[in-house]
Amino acid sequence: MVAGGAPNGGGASAEALSAKVVVQNLTIRYGNHVALRGLDLSIRRNEILGVIGPAGSGKTSFLRALNRMDEFIPGMEVEGRITFDGRDIRRVRNVYALRSRIGVVFPLPVGLPLTVYENVALAPRLRGVRKGSELDEIVERCLRRAALWEEVKDRLDSLGSLLSGGQQQRLTIARALSQEPDLLLLDEFSIAVDPVTTMRIEDVLKDLKNEMSIVLVTNLVQQARRLADRTAFFLTGEHVETSDTARIFSGIVKDPRTHDYIEGRFG
Amino acid sequence: MTGTAAPLFAGTSLNARDRKIEWLVRALLGLMTALLILPVVIIMALLVVEGGPVISWEFLTTPPVDGMTAGGILPALVGTVWLVVVALIASVPVGVAAAVYLSEYAPDNWLTRAINLAIINLAGVPSIVHALFGVGAFVLFFRFGTSILAASLTLAVMTLPVVIVSTRESLQAVPRAFREACWNMGATRWQTIRRIVLPNALSGILTGIILEVSRTSGETAPIMFTGAAFFLPFLPQGVLDQTMAMSLHLFVITTQVPDAPEALPFGVALVLISMVLAMNALSIAFRVYVRGRKKW
Repeated sequence: MVAGGAPNGGGASAEALSAKVVVQNLTIRYGNHVALRGLDLSIRRNEILGVIGPAGSGKTSFLRALNRMDEFIPGMEVEGRITFDGRDIRRVRNVYALRSRIGVVFPLPVGLPLTVYENVALAPRLRGVRKGSELDEIVERCLRRAALWEEVKDRLDSLGSLLSGGQQQRLTIARALSQEPDLLLLDEFSIAVDPVTTMRIEDVLKDLKNEMSIVLVTNLVQQARRLADRTAFFLTGEHVETSDTARIFSGIVKDPRTHDYIEGRFG
Repeated sequence: MTGTAAPLFAGTSLNARDRKIEWLVRALLGLMTALLILPVVIIMALLVVEGGPVISWEFLTTPPVDGMTAGGILPALVGTVWLVVVALIASVPVGVAAAVYLSEYAPDNWLTRAINLAIINLAGVPSIVHALFGVGAFVLFFRFGTSILAASLTLAVMTLPVVIVSTRESLQAVPRAFREACWNMGATRWQTIRRIVLPNALSGILTGIILEVSRTSGETAPIMFTGAAFFLPFLPQGVLDQTMAMSLHLFVITTQVPDAPEALPFGVALVLISMVLAMNALSIAFRVYVRGRKKW
């Protein structure tokens, strides 16, 4: 833990101490294509980190690397160092334990071919929860948090894939929450969700912050403004800057390109 | 909108031609399809007309008598069931396990590609070559003698590639997004296979196996030298016995028993093809049932 150069070694800054995840010099390639170049970034405890940037800026690749998804994405190569609670995730032997602590939600919902109930009960079952009453309780809590409970409480035994697109996305969020993650990665979660529900989920995210760190990748600059404590701006694989959301949106930026982007001048 | 009174949707010469071609193509394709059905209809009609009168309860439940010119087909019927069941017991576990490995675990490298190539080639080996392999490997080397075991293992080797390919296709039909969603939650490969992939591929796997049964039950060459008997009026008692089989029996009474009444081979063929068609129908029914409750 005190290895030289590790940001949480002796005399570490407050920043490093409070960081949940520290990313150092992260470069991601797909074959010859460099998706992300030399990223240094940390994710603090109990914060929502917004990640904005136009398509192809490396936002999704960043999320993938955090969950070691490169292992099953052909051609994806990851260099650099990522620590999770101070541990280098490359060296974590039990990648399943790592992934089970990270909840992931992608733009398009993936309702597993199971019932609504089983979709949410799967992660608890995988970690060994057997008791029916305990599972019932987890399922209800997660569905409530994902703002879905009222709509599905009478049809828990119907297939998840029969739900509407927006409901399936909330089911996916409930499933991610059922992992009881420390870190929640949201990649454009609201793309298939109506605005009213999006607002409800955003309220939930503000609460969830007390229990976990959240990375919110979004194309909606205003969503980052509403939710994120800090906002990172990526542009074609380059990490332009990360700063307090309030500062960035009040025009205090280190790089003029950030200002141009949030003002909608390109992208 | 224009001042001229050209009727709406009036055809130009070009799309008149297109429509004629469309009609021709459709007629041609339909004709080909009709031609495809023709042999099946003719074969079935012939068998029912010629062989129908032979079929009776007695025909199905007694052994052949009088130098196979009379009597029933019981030993051949039972023998075919034995051969198919033992072949399945050997080929299904191996084939399904190999397919799961190839689909879910195997990295995409030269070895995997070589194995896939080998499987395809194995499927193309003529059945008589499998028969000779069976004689060499199971009858002689493993000293099973000419027996149900040797014949069934030969059939199993022959059908293995088909089981592997059909199983692998069923597994691949389960969208990869499901697997990734599971892996992202921290599920191991096996947890993902057991909870998500297999339950959704099971119907396809079973369909493939049923079709396999129908194919196996009609094979003649692979069992001819490895375990099927010319004439054996008793039912087999175990896997080391020889047995009669429907397919070989049909061959024998057609070519080796000149005194057999003309209707007899048609009767045997009718029973054999009914078995096969019943299996196929079962498989189709299964697929229809499963498609009705497809989960995505």
